[in-house]
Amino acid sequence: MLKNDMFAQVLYIDVSRKTYWLETRKDLFEKYLGGAGVAAQLLLEECPEGCGPLAPENPIIFAVGPLTGLFPLASKTVAMFKSPLTGNLGESHCGGRSAVAIRMAGFGAIVIKGASRMPVYLSITGERVLFKDASALWGMESCFTVGRVLRERESGAGLRTIMRIGRAGENLVSYASVTTETYRHFGRLGLGAVFGSKKLKAVVISGKRSLPVTDKKAYRKLYEDIYKAAVSSDTMKKYHDLGTAENVLPLNEMGGLPTKNLSQTRFDGAATISGEHFAEHYLGRRLACSHCPVGCIHIAALREPYEDEAYFYKTSMICYDYEPIYAIGAMLGISDPKGFLKLMDRIEALGVDVMSTGVVLAWATEAFGKGLISAADTDGISLLWGDHQSYIQAVERIAEQPNDFYKSLALGVAHAAARYGGENFALSFGGNEMPGYHTGPAAHIGCLIGARHSHLDNGGYSFDQKVVLKKAVTPEETARALLDDEYWRQVLSSLVVCFFARGLYLKETIINALSLTGYNLSPENLGDIGKTIHQEKYRFKFREGFSLDNMLIPERIFETPSPAGNLDKKFLQDTIGCAKQEILKG
Amino acid sequence: MKDTERCVGCQSCMFACSRRQNAPGLAKSCIGVRSAGGMEHGFVVVVCRSCIDPPCAKICPVDALTPREGGGVRLDSDACISCGKCREYCTVGAVFWDDETNSPMICNYCGYCAGYCPHGVLQHERKEVTADA
Repeated sequence: MLKNDMFAQVLYIDVSRKTYWLETRKDLFEKYLGGAGVAAQLLLEECPEGCGPLAPENPIIFAVGPLTGLFPLASKTVAMFKSPLTGNLGESHCGGRSAVAIRMAGFGAIVIKGASRMPVYLSITGERVLFKDASALWGMESCFTVGRVLRERESGAGLRTIMRIGRAGENLVSYASVTTETYRHFGRLGLGAVFGSKKLKAVVISGKRSLPVTDKKAYRKLYEDIYKAAVSSDTMKKYHDLGTAENVLPLNEMGGLPTKNLSQTRFDGAATISGEHFAEHYLGRRLACSHCPVGCIHIAALREPYEDEAYFYKTSMICYDYEPIYAIGAMLGISDPKGFLKLMDRIEALGVDVMSTGVVLAWATEAFGKGLISAADTDGISLLWGDHQSYIQAVERIAEQPNDFYKSLALGVAHAAARYGGENFALSFGGNEMPGYHTGPAAHIGCLIGARHSHLDNGGYSFDQKVVLKKAVTPEETARALLDDEYWRQVLSSLVVCFFARGLYLKETIINALSLTGYNLSPENLGDIGKTIHQEKYRFKFREGFSLDNMLIPERIFETPSPAGNLDKKFLQDTIGCAKQEILKG
Repeated sequence: MKDTERCVGCQSCMFACSRRQNAPGLAKSCIGVRSAGGMEHGFVVVVCRSCIDPPCAKICPVDALTPREGGGVRLDSDACISCGKCREYCTVGAVFWDDETNSPMICNYCGYCAGYCPHGVLQHERKEVTADA
């Protein structure tokens, strides 16, 4: 990396003592690039073994990449922490303006440690950190309002990120999110609860600076190539046009759309919650992350009349994507697009992960139907498929936790099922609620062996559709494909390149881009770095008690046929066994 | 400015402006994109509108800014004393500040930014302007 780049600078903040300092960590950035690679090292350094996820000692780490601010689509921030949901490695990626703001403020990474006694928010402008009183923001009804207040109170419009939590984070819901720029999230795995445990309501970061490159002419040429590819490729056009919601109908048609707690894989109401339907009737605006020309963020405009006064309307702008449509649409049997949007709006206001919330409520609905829980548990709410109003009431209670039942739901579906039963239909993988793919065995195996139990760790769902559906594969081949994919994704997430742009950032492009920032790497080096980072993540996981033996696999996935037929438990177990051998071999 | 309603807030124009000046990043950008009070309301795109009778030139105490034929201003960096009056006086907020050199940044109407607007917000065109236009 280049001598005059501030990128190797790590900002350390102690919210207990309200102090901060800077350290230059060339050692980490040279070896692990940035993003996930550097964050994993900082987590290994900063998180004490066996530390409670909500203990002050659990660090929050943000890291960006060397290409951030230089090239398009290198616009994600990687957060790492110990997850309150899984009790192990927590990693979450977020776009918005977060990555560019961190890089422009002059940091490659930020480490937040300790816990405050009173609610605070951090205002980071360039290299100055201010600790500000957040008492008036704590307990605020809606996450939207928190953003609005900070937007007016803080400087740096257009150059800043405003990360904040809602009441779900304050109340330590294990899958609470951190929201940035209203519509983007550090979702999954409960970073919001870690913020809440530190009484950290928000972090505002801004800055602007020039970044060094080795050869300005070559830089402009390569920029031009990447930019052109980004605005002209069909894949990127797909993300801009209908967005990820485009996947609803194809997945439904192939019978891979988990519906009503995966009791079905086709939803008869899919048409009205499809990307096509939303685009035609509700799409109000599209947005982009900083430095991404694609603009994949789709916002619906929902116009609702007030019941108490004629001609009085409210128009809400609500984000939608494939995963939310799966999780609180199909999984909850909601086919009314307005009902979906209202529930989504409430979830955003509370700051809770939409995928986990959908899976938790889907389990609760089935458990309610089977009599495992009663109205006495649910606070009188009848949980019925398709009833968005009841779900809105239930999600409010997940955030507030008025009784033991909602306290259990707030800990995730695995905890709730361990307490109330119905484990065979609690769709948890490694402690994380399942994503929206029942495409075949690889989607589920991918979540089980993936370092953060996410469908984005490796493209298991894609392997199902492109390979498993077309030919017979062995457990060895499946494990190898998933692991190879995950190794490569470590490179992308260390450069913080959006996974949507994985087709643009091929090895050669990455090597050329990195050489302009002073990294001289070969394709082999790059591959090795990816594998090493994967091993390092697993080092943390094993240290914290993770095991690939006897993994809990919900029976439901074997009961409901996938497009690849009924899943074979032995195939899954054998594949996990192969993956384990490979991972342990190192 | 062709149509700000089409703006997705990607800020490619801002990066382009800095890059055009051989300064990758955002420090030198003479165009600014920010949300109109939250992204749900869309975006404000701030860039010099090349006034025929530019307020920034009128307020400059040392004549570092002089009106250009056809609209807009030219900056004489040697004459500039970095007082910041032009920034305060620009009605549309289009005089940006270079914190690295502590001096104003003035758009030179090259149109490079428009070439990197992916969604038809910016368009660069030259118009014939008469003295009383």
